[in-house]
Amino acid sequence: MNATYDAIVVGGGHNGLVTAAYLAKGGEKAGKNKLKVLVLERYHKVGGAAMSEEIYPGFTYSTCSYVCSLLRPEIFRFLDLPRHGLQVIPYEINSAPNPEGEGIITYRDHDRTRESLRRHSIKDAEAYDHYAMEISRQCRFIKPLLMVTPPDPTALNPFAQNRINPWGKRADLDGLLKIAAEFGRMGDKQMYEIIRFWTMSIGDFLDEYFEHPRWKGFSAASSIIGTALGPYSPGTAYVLLHHYMGEVDGQIGAWGFARGGMGSVSKAIASAAMEAGAEIRTNAEVDKIIVKNGKAIGVTLKNGEEIYAKTVVSNLDPKRTYLKLVEKSDLDAIDPDIHSYAKNFKIRGSSGKLNIALDGLPQFAGLPKEAAWGTIDIGGDFDYIEHAYDDYKYGSWSKRPFLDCVIPTTVDPTMAPPGKHFMSVFVQYVPYKLAEQPWTPDMKAAFEKDVLDTIEENAPGFRKLILHCQTRTPWDIENEVGLTEGNIFQGELTLDQMLFNRPFPGLGQYRGPFDNFYMCGSGTHPGGGVMGAPGANAAREMLKDFKNGVVKAGAGR
Amino acid sequence: MTHVQHLKPFLRKTPFFEPIDRLMHGNGWIRWMGYYSPAFFDSEQSEYFATRHGASVYDVSPLIKYAIRGKDAARFANYLVTRDLTKVKPMQAAYTAWCDDDGKMIEEGTIFRLGENDFILNAALHQLHWLDESAYGFDVEIEEISDQLAGLSLQGPTSREILQQMGVQGIEKLPHFGIMETTVDGHWLRIDRAGFTGDLGYELWVKPQDGIWLWETLFRIGDPYKIAPMGSQALDWLRIEAGFILVDADYTGSHHALRPTSRVSPFEAGIGWCVGLKKDAYFVGKRALRAEKEKGLSRHILIGIEVEGRKPAPGSFLYADRAGKQEIGITTSAMWSPGLKKNIAFAKVPPSFVKPGTQMWIEIWYPKEHKIERSMVKCWAANRMFYDPPRKKA
Ligand SMILES: Cc1cc2nc3c(=O)[nH]c(=O)nc-3n(C[C@H](O)[C@H](O)[C@H](O)COP(=O)(O)OP(=O)(O)OC[C@H]3O[C@@H](n4cnc5c(N)ncnc54)[C@H](O)[C@@H]3O)c2cc1C
Repeated sequence: MNATYDAIVVGGGHNGLVTAAYLAKGGEKAGKNKLKVLVLERYHKVGGAAMSEEIYPGFTYSTCSYVCSLLRPEIFRFLDLPRHGLQVIPYEINSAPNPEGEGIITYRDHDRTRESLRRHSIKDAEAYDHYAMEISRQCRFIKPLLMVTPPDPTALNPFAQNRINPWGKRADLDGLLKIAAEFGRMGDKQMYEIIRFWTMSIGDFLDEYFEHPRWKGFSAASSIIGTALGPYSPGTAYVLLHHYMGEVDGQIGAWGFARGGMGSVSKAIASAAMEAGAEIRTNAEVDKIIVKNGKAIGVTLKNGEEIYAKTVVSNLDPKRTYLKLVEKSDLDAIDPDIHSYAKNFKIRGSSGKLNIALDGLPQFAGLPKEAAWGTIDIGGDFDYIEHAYDDYKYGSWSKRPFLDCVIPTTVDPTMAPPGKHFMSVFVQYVPYKLAEQPWTPDMKAAFEKDVLDTIEENAPGFRKLILHCQTRTPWDIENEVGLTEGNIFQGELTLDQMLFNRPFPGLGQYRGPFDNFYMCGSGTHPGGGVMGAPGANAAREMLKDFKNGVVKAGAGR
Repeated sequence: MTHVQHLKPFLRKTPFFEPIDRLMHGNGWIRWMGYYSPAFFDSEQSEYFATRHGASVYDVSPLIKYAIRGKDAARFANYLVTRDLTKVKPMQAAYTAWCDDDGKMIEEGTIFRLGENDFILNAALHQLHWLDESAYGFDVEIEEISDQLAGLSLQGPTSREILQQMGVQGIEKLPHFGIMETTVDGHWLRIDRAGFTGDLGYELWVKPQDGIWLWETLFRIGDPYKIAPMGSQALDWLRIEAGFILVDADYTGSHHALRPTSRVSPFEAGIGWCVGLKKDAYFVGKRALRAEKEKGLSRHILIGIEVEGRKPAPGSFLYADRAGKQEIGITTSAMWSPGLKKNIAFAKVPPSFVKPGTQMWIEIWYPKEHKIERSMVKCWAANRMFYDPPRKKA
């Protein structure tokens, strides 16, 4: 059983590809310890939830994720992604149509936004700057935490039983002190604010600033996307932050379209990884991780093939990794808690997706034409969202859902024939399991109808433009993309599953319970979204272990 | 591309847009809080000199104006700002700061007292959110009235004569920071004797529909008195000479500071004289400001400095020693003053360096023939009000 590779990456999602590229390059400092890396991807194409596919002739769909902002600029630059073909085009508008009157529209330009909001409420227009400033302060605190391994306070205990860091606790202490110092620099009031913000509901937070019901519902959008929580559930304010902490060229909170769809992100990262020497195999589903004497030594593919490596790193979500690819007995031999951590890991899916080919540009009710350029959020006030959430709580899709729509073809000439458009519709809330019955084709058609009806109501004439529609429920997303229960973040982004508790207590630093086993997907810190940070952080920890002799490099050489 | 085709211009035009546009050479329009505002007409130098030897006209309509009225207006206004407004009588104005609870400056501006319980606050930034929040428990009504008044600032030695010739009765009796209301040719006119130039000058407010009348009358009558339109670039020179600070140029307003340490108190901004610690009533930030004053907690003070040589020194570091080992501060606004023939700047320095005449060193980087060169020259503390002619108050 000679190890053929230094590292096997299980799963070719964008995070797995980032890990592969970083390992193959030998880390940020592009050091001597360049590793021999193999990526194994189940599907016939890499990318996972960051994927472009031609589902209907002539149209490229971003089949899952659809907008880009979170991708860390450090990664963009280090992997030289523009040279590998990645272009992110920012958009500057967010809007919400209104079938009964004037819609809401915000622009990158604050003066313009103020002008637009004043038509609804002068008070809210003026409060907007304060609100935006507060979010910026929160982002300022969280940003330095993204591209680092979360320090674990239990590492300070000399008798700690966990496996956080095999070769010294100094890093954790330094990390904690750094966070404490950063925290202190925020000032007394902001320190209180941060704790409040990380735990409160978006509803309560917005109530402190704004009065206009539709504006509040609109502002809450980013805090419910991908969560199984309602606008007044504690913890939703943090989810808003998670969507705001991205940037385009240093502009915090800005979002953009990846030219050619979100698959371009994965494609560029894969290209960088291969240039650095990584091997990528598609149609190669991993069945089991081979563990021997408490050490991961390789993987078995679905077709029975065994491949050995010095290390194995999983890009899959924690549930899939620990409940499907790993034998329970192997886990229990190390620590019986881990199996139950995996079982109890919160990963409820709550979102569906419609990808639609359109014969022309739709016109949204109560909005100027320019609104089609950016995100169009179909919803209403908090009541609307609460009702949508109620349906979900009781095991059905929202009959009148909240929809986050984009039409990237307003700026991207590569995704549809001239004059035609691709529209991505993200649907909140959709359960993984229906209360009464499984997701049958009939049920799926009924779900699709409710979504299209909701759009039609907000964009009269929309239905007539539809050329083709691909509908995905969380159940489809699990089966087609491999995200357990269709949870878009590979595990909910609530405080109990964040920082050093992500994915599980004691395993928050990308190392798994076995020697030579690691995790690099969105199920690790800092979480989901097309961000790349988990992948880069994991690679850094792996390289440290190689460097410190915990693992010895030089496989097959 | 779809988005570009459909983006419509949205900046608002003040009532003076058309006449200004006609006089502008090249495109001098910039944005000011959502309005078109002139940066220059022809040359900022001639516009600057017009203010110092004749009179200049600057469109101040975009200033954000809040009316504060109601039973508790006087009590509220006095609670809101740092100045003691009990000393400001109806039809008087006052320059003041307003602070957050920590005594850090949100902004500064002019508050006009029109009646016992009738005020207008002029601000450079939007403040309604803060005003509403602060008004909790007071019986007041706060309304943004920016669009209800159009304003021109008439500044310079001949400004008074121009108004006299226009037929404004009693203008010669209007004291510095006084307010009067009058009618000229059947048009309502409010005049206050204040401005941002440090010179003799007035701000003239009319109903928006009377804007064109005011503009045309001023230029018709003002011609022999060397009247000229002015843009914000010349105004910037004038206000630096006069020692006036500007939010976001010389200090960060506390509401948009990302870090609490970047906020400043009025003492630190060098307008400590605006803080009425002796006033009986509590005002926002009083406790913190009193502690700062009593315990000497100010970290730095924004002073004026004069700099050797002629190279303007914005954003330059100051040192205690020529070798540049002990860094003590930084400049904010800076210019070569064509009127005073001095190289001047505002600088943030520790309290021990503020005494006029205290010598320091300053490191200036300046472009010269495609290179950036460095010079280390002397500078010394000075009264920030570099230009203060007797006519301003006479
Ligand atoms: C509908 C939807 C919309 C979203 N919208 C956005 C958005 O607009 N912007 C944004 O930033 N984020 C968005 N997200 C979230 C984001 O897409 C994901 O969090 C992110 O792409 C996850 O990346 P990953 O590399 O961690 O994991 P994944 O992308 O899940 O990658 C895991 C990979 O492993 C493969 N795999 C699974 N099992 C095996 C196996 N046994 N053997 C081998 N390979 C296997 C899968 O095929 C997949 O390629 C969205 C997600 C969804 C589902």
